[in-house]
Amino acid sequence: MAEKSGFSVHLRTYLTGYVLSVVLTLAAFWAVPAVGRENKSVLLLVGLLGVAQLTVQLKCFLNVTTQKEGRDNLALILFSTLILLIIVLGTAWIMGNLAMRMHTTM
Amino acid sequence: MSGNSSSISKPPSVDPGAIHKDPDMVIFGFWVFMMSDLIFFGVVFAIYITMIGATAGGPGPRELFDFGSLFAQTMLLLTSSLTVGIATITMKHQRSQGSFLFWVVITLLLGLGFLTLELYDFSEMAAKGGVPQRSGYLSAFFGLVPLHGLHVTFGCLWMLVMIVQVLMVGMTDLVKLRFLRLALFWHFLDLIWIGIFSVVYFGGWVYG
Repeated sequence: MAEKSGFSVHLRTYLTGYVLSVVLTLAAFWAVPAVGRENKSVLLLVGLLGVAQLTVQLKCFLNVTTQKEGRDNLALILFSTLILLIIVLGTAWIMGNLAMRMHTTM
Repeated sequence: MSGNSSSISKPPSVDPGAIHKDPDMVIFGFWVFMMSDLIFFGVVFAIYITMIGATAGGPGPRELFDFGSLFAQTMLLLTSSLTVGIATITMKHQRSQGSFLFWVVITLLLGLGFLTLELYDFSEMAAKGGVPQRSGYLSAFFGLVPLHGLHVTFGCLWMLVMIVQVLMVGMTDLVKLRFLRLALFWHFLDLIWIGIFSVVYFGGWVYG
């Protein structure tokens, strides 16, 4: 019986994650055509919805926790994310600046 | 004296393979691999971002992207992430091998459906002149999106191998540990896909 309840708890976690992910995906796919490409700030909304969905999936699908037993994983993920952001944002910053100073459109 | 020399010639025996038998270390090691793969994807994302708009007069996002197909692909991959999770808890709670294999096969079919749609999209793009050698933008696009597709392809292959292993040797501890890593890999591919539809498709469409 304990086995069975553990199963349904896990199943509920996955289903919650799935429903939230579907809602966040629908919101992004609805918002972009609704706002249109003229208003660039729609990408900020898409970015926030994306980060929200990443968080939901890390928590519900990949079982990443802030609990003590999961600290090693969390530290690894946060450090990798830091490196990722330095690479991606650094590249966009430098290359964007270069394009602007060279008067090329980007 | 003889005791001393024997302690020098025989260091305390350490099994170098022992770390590979600790399930927690195996899973942690797989996380390290996935994070290195994440950095790899990050570099290719960075190239794509710098190439937005570099279409050299060729077709760009507005001419090439099919958002209906993109939505279908997103839903297929997301649903497959759920079904691989259900397969994992079926395994953890020792449900029947049949129900485990059922969810793995469903996941495999969803993954293959995703790949079919993606390949169809690429062929549609090619028909409109959107081929990798046309422009820097398209080179960057075809460097990134098919890289994810290649990961999904290998995930499908891995799933096939797991099905064969379960049928041949049953749900041994080793098979279970391999499947746990496959499930992590598959969830990770859906995380990357969130970045792809947000940055590559929506970002490209708005800024391209």
